[in-house]
Amino acid sequence: MVPPASSPRSGSVTPRVVFPNKVLPYLLVAPQLAITLVFFYWPAGQAFYQSMLRQDPFGLRTKFVWFANFRKVLADPAYLNSIKVTVVFSLATAIVAMCVALLLAVMAEKVVRGKGLYRTLLIWPYAVAPAIAGMLWLFLFNPSIGSLAYMLRSFGIAWDPLLNGTHAMILLVSAAAWKQISYNFLFFVAGLQAVPKALIEAAAMDGAGETKRFWTIVFPLLAPTTFFLLVVNTVYALFDTFGIVHAVTGGGPGKTTETLVYKVYNDGFVNLILGDSAAQSVILMIIVISLTAIQFRYVERKVHYG
Amino acid sequence: MKSFGFAAGVAATFMLLSSTSAFAVTQISWWHAMTGANAEVVDKISKDFNASQSDYELVPVFKGTYPETLNAGIAAYRAGQAPDIIQVFDVGTGVMMAAEGAIKPAADVLTSAGMTFDKSQYLPGIVGYYSKPDGTMLSFPYNSSSPILYYNKDIFKKAGLDVDSPPKTWNEVWEDAKKIKASGAAACGYTSTWLTWIHLENFAAWNDVSWATQQNGLAGGDVELKINAPIFVNHFQALADLAKDGTFKYGGRTSEAKQIFLAGECGIMTESSGGLGDIVKSGMNYGIGQLPYDSDAKGAPQNTTPGGASLWVFADKSDEEYKGVAAFFAYLSKTDVQEYLHQKSGYLPVTLAAYEATKKSGFYDKNIGRETPILQMTGKAPTDNSKGVRLPNLPQVRDIQNEEFEKMLAGQQTAQQALDNAVTRGNAAIKEALGN
Repeated sequence: MVPPASSPRSGSVTPRVVFPNKVLPYLLVAPQLAITLVFFYWPAGQAFYQSMLRQDPFGLRTKFVWFANFRKVLADPAYLNSIKVTVVFSLATAIVAMCVALLLAVMAEKVVRGKGLYRTLLIWPYAVAPAIAGMLWLFLFNPSIGSLAYMLRSFGIAWDPLLNGTHAMILLVSAAAWKQISYNFLFFVAGLQAVPKALIEAAAMDGAGETKRFWTIVFPLLAPTTFFLLVVNTVYALFDTFGIVHAVTGGGPGKTTETLVYKVYNDGFVNLILGDSAAQSVILMIIVISLTAIQFRYVERKVHYG
Repeated sequence: MKSFGFAAGVAATFMLLSSTSAFAVTQISWWHAMTGANAEVVDKISKDFNASQSDYELVPVFKGTYPETLNAGIAAYRAGQAPDIIQVFDVGTGVMMAAEGAIKPAADVLTSAGMTFDKSQYLPGIVGYYSKPDGTMLSFPYNSSSPILYYNKDIFKKAGLDVDSPPKTWNEVWEDAKKIKASGAAACGYTSTWLTWIHLENFAAWNDVSWATQQNGLAGGDVELKINAPIFVNHFQALADLAKDGTFKYGGRTSEAKQIFLAGECGIMTESSGGLGDIVKSGMNYGIGQLPYDSDAKGAPQNTTPGGASLWVFADKSDEEYKGVAAFFAYLSKTDVQEYLHQKSGYLPVTLAAYEATKKSGFYDKNIGRETPILQMTGKAPTDNSKGVRLPNLPQVRDIQNEEFEKMLAGQQTAQQALDNAVTRGNAAIKEALGN
């Protein structure tokens, strides 16, 4: 938590900042530390402790079992299935949300009149709460009353997200990605504006076509934005989509859309198996910490900051 | 709603202030999961109880859906802040029963307050479900329902079926459903809410076949599911076959199928009697029939098992509070209170006297079909197969069953495979839960 005195990575000669007062710095970070302690370390510690217990819902009988819950969870085919579901869902959501947003951002750049209006309209969906976004899509694609489901049927597609796992996943990814497109759009628009016009104009004079210009100049220069969004979107798809899953599919049909976060909820709060649920959330915590660490330590270095 | 909340807040504050000065009033907290018209019933009953005496003040608190209320109660108990009374849905009954140290049996609450609990005054099917194998009543039945058959009379007419004779057996349901579909009267013939509750738990009781060993779990101990017996397999294979061409349409795991029926998409539906309100409100030309039974079953129709919820009392409260709870339960058993609850909410009355009084008032003549769920539940003395089902982890076992049904209805497995899987996975989960 305490930052190193000098960065060992850069090795450059940065002047060290020295605080004459020994107490004041600690006082100044104290509120932040207190918040982190209360809202992260305390519950995380509780989860870790709970993950080693086997307990009835009311906590009347408690048995300390060391890592038995972890062994059980990791050997459970339903858990492994849930990992697979999460990977598919997160990747699909991140890719769809980012591709569509990039396309929209590039298109919006080309608009001459009413640019502001377009942008505002495209940013709107971000203000919608996940559960509401879920309900919205659920209604649109409801096999009996949904207008989009009706259209699909008239095209001869037997749309049935209630029983067809692939359809359910498509519905879930659409809802989750739709909600994230606005956010990505905002960042891509900002990123596009930072691309020097001179470079593009020079390339144009050298005879590079529009597509060529985009892939060789604009896209590489957008890399920092893309990388940042990749992190944000993955974390979003992993954790912030509980409301959507809960509203749209509830993990079904079968277990085809039961993501890791949804399984933690379902095992803990519906099935009341607290030990398993706690073990799963500890595993989830480890996954996030390592994912973030990998992304920032490794992937970030490969990003070319223009 | 908003102004009501404000008024309630003001009232609560006032009560809080006044109760410190008037020291004899004991507050009794009641956490419940009732919404809409049923929430109004809770409020009215509480208000009337408070007006009827001056020693106790009942404070009802809405805690969300059934599972949310149960979770809130569990969390509160763990934090040492449990309410006096909590409403727990049927599926959570096993969870509460397993928590022996956390609850005080309703019968004990009544007897320790100097009251006697006369079992014969209550509907046997309901009280039996909420009692221990030795007969001690553990929780007080508040709202009970039973699955019945609803049908759309307009669709029946269009399909050339007799609008006054709903199908009585499942085979008749399949036949009628096929006719509805074939005649083009509706896109689908039959749909159902709650497959686990209606087509497994009540199917077993109504046809007098075993759902699980140990009296379906009521006798406790190691319970093993029996739902892959031929009668279940045949039933579900028929459903799966009808699902192929859309004669049977799946709506979802809980009550979602009601939408399909209300939209006029399906001609017949099986649903809880508690769902009647929405159907009445839709203005549909509907009819009600008994829950269908299997014509191959010898004892059918036997009796259905109660759904709904009951009131549990937490342990470690003061004697004063227990006296207040007992007074409230006594009040709740009064004939006029039960009559009000039954007629307003559509749930079953708990006492025989309230049932008789409702009958005498001509309510059932004016509201055809409202008596069906009561007749279903009380028609015959329950057998070991029909007292209800109980597991410490019924929500989880139902989830497993639903998952297997969905795979079956999607054509990925046969009924035999689905039910075999449900038994294997369910038994493993039950063993795990009992091993705690």
